[in-house]
Amino acid sequence: MTWNATSVGRLLAIGLVGGILQLTTVSQVAIFGVPADLSPLLVAAIGLLCGSIAGACFGFGLGLFMDTLLAQTLGLTSLVLLTAGYGAGRLRELRDPAHALIPVAVGAAATATAAIGFTVLQFLLGVDGPVSLLLVRQILMTIVLNTLLAMPVYLACRRVLARFLPDDPRRRRRRAYTTGGLSPLSRA
Amino acid sequence: MYDRQVRRRRAVLLALVACCLVLLTAYFGESSDGPLRSVQTGAMEVVAPVQEGANRALKPFRDLFGWFGDTLDAKDERDKLEAERDRLRAEVARLQSAASENDELRDMVDYARGSGLDAYEPVTARVYSRSFSSWYETIEINKGSSDGVARNQPVINGKGLVGKVKTVSDGNAVVMLLSDSEFGVSARAAASGQPGSILPVAGSPGDLLFDLVPEAKEVRKGDSIVTAGTISDRLPSPFPQGIPIGQVKRIEGEGELDRTIHVAPFADMRDLDFVQVLTKPTADARASTTP
Repeated sequence: MTWNATSVGRLLAIGLVGGILQLTTVSQVAIFGVPADLSPLLVAAIGLLCGSIAGACFGFGLGLFMDTLLAQTLGLTSLVLLTAGYGAGRLRELRDPAHALIPVAVGAAATATAAIGFTVLQFLLGVDGPVSLLLVRQILMTIVLNTLLAMPVYLACRRVLARFLPDDPRRRRRRAYTTGGLSPLSRA
Repeated sequence: MYDRQVRRRRAVLLALVACCLVLLTAYFGESSDGPLRSVQTGAMEVVAPVQEGANRALKPFRDLFGWFGDTLDAKDERDKLEAERDRLRAEVARLQSAASENDELRDMVDYARGSGLDAYEPVTARVYSRSFSSWYETIEINKGSSDGVARNQPVINGKGLVGKVKTVSDGNAVVMLLSDSEFGVSARAAASGQPGSILPVAGSPGDLLFDLVPEAKEVRKGDSIVTAGTISDRLPSPFPQGIPIGQVKRIEGEGELDRTIHVAPFADMRDLDFVQVLTKPTADARASTTP
C-alpha cells in the first residue's frame, strides 16, 4: 500500500463513518434477533488490504472510538479489534490468499475473535450477572449475520482505498499466468 | 531488511497491546470523575451532534429494514394481541367492580402522596444512538446536565422503567438499560408485595431475573413487578416506588431455594425512540418513607 496523507485520511474516514454508521443505524436494526457489528468486518478488511501493522493500528483506533462513544471500559474493544486486524494482516502477508471468498471467511473469523474475545475479557474482568445460554446463540447469530455482510464491507473498503493498493492477488496471478512470469517485463 | 521489518511489526504490536493494557488498568483504577472518564465525556460531547444528525438522516433506512421485519412478525403479533384483548376484556370487567370498591376505600385513607409523574419533573429526550454489545446495553440521549439530568436518575418510557443515567455531559447522556450486565434495582411484586431485586440476564435483553425474594412461592406467573422505591432514609433508592418494570413470564424450579423467576420487561429495549428522565426522583418517595 502507498502511504501518504491521503491514504491515511481515507483510513480515518472509513473508521469514522463506519463507527458512526454502526452506532446510529446498524446497531438499531435487528436481523435474526441481533444487530450486525461492522467493526470487526472493517478491521478485517483493512488488515487484508493493507497488512498487519495497518490492521492492528486501525483496530486499536476503531476500538478506542467505540469505547469512548459508548462510555465503555477504555482499551477493551481496542485490544480485541487490534488482534483481529493483526491476524487478518498476517494472513495476507504470509499466505497472500487469492480465493474470491477469502474476505468472507476472514470477516467471519474476525467477528468470532471479537465476540469471543470480548466475552472472555468480560469474564476475566469479573462480571457478576448470570450469563444466559442465549449469549452463545447471540454470538453465533452475529457471526452468521456478519458473514453475510463481510463481502460488501470488504468491497466498499477496497473501492475507497483502490488508488493506494497494489494489484490484488488474483489479478497478479492471472497476469503471471498469461505473461509467463510474475512481472509483465519477464515477457521481454 | 526483512529483520528490520519483522522487528518494526513486533514493536508496533507490542506498543498497541501495552497501550490497551495501560488504558484498561487506568480506567479501572480511577474514580467516576477521573481524567479518562472526563476525556470520554468530552469526546462524546464533540461527536454527539454528528451522531444525532446521522441518526436522523439514516432513520428512513432503519424504518425500511424495520418494515420488513414488522411485516414478517405481524401475523404472529396479531394472534397474540387477540388473545391479549380477550384477557383484557375480562380484566376490565373485574377492575370496574374493583374500582367502585376502591373509591369507597380511598375516601377512608388519606394518601400522603400523589401518584402523578409530574412530581418527578420528567424531561423528555430523543434516543440517537445505542450500543450493540451484549455486555454494555446503553443508549445515548440528547438531554444532559444543562437540562437537569444527573447520574443515576431513573429513565422511563410510556411502558415502564427503561434504565438509569450512567454518565452525563452538558448536552447529552448515556443511559444504562435494564438489560445491562451491571444494572440492578430493588423491586416488589405488585400483587403479593414480595420484595426482591431485578437483575439482567446477560445476552438476553428480553429477560430479567426477579431474585432475592424471601417468599418466592407467593409470586405467580403474570404478576406485575414494580420498583420498590425508598425503604430507608439512610439509603434512599434513586428509583421512585411503583414504576412498572415487567411481568413474570415464567417460573423455573419447584423448591423455595432453587426457584428462578423470569420477568419480561414492559419496555421494549430494542425499540426506543423517546424516553423520559425523572430529574427529581426523590421528590415523592421521601414523603412516603415508612418510619
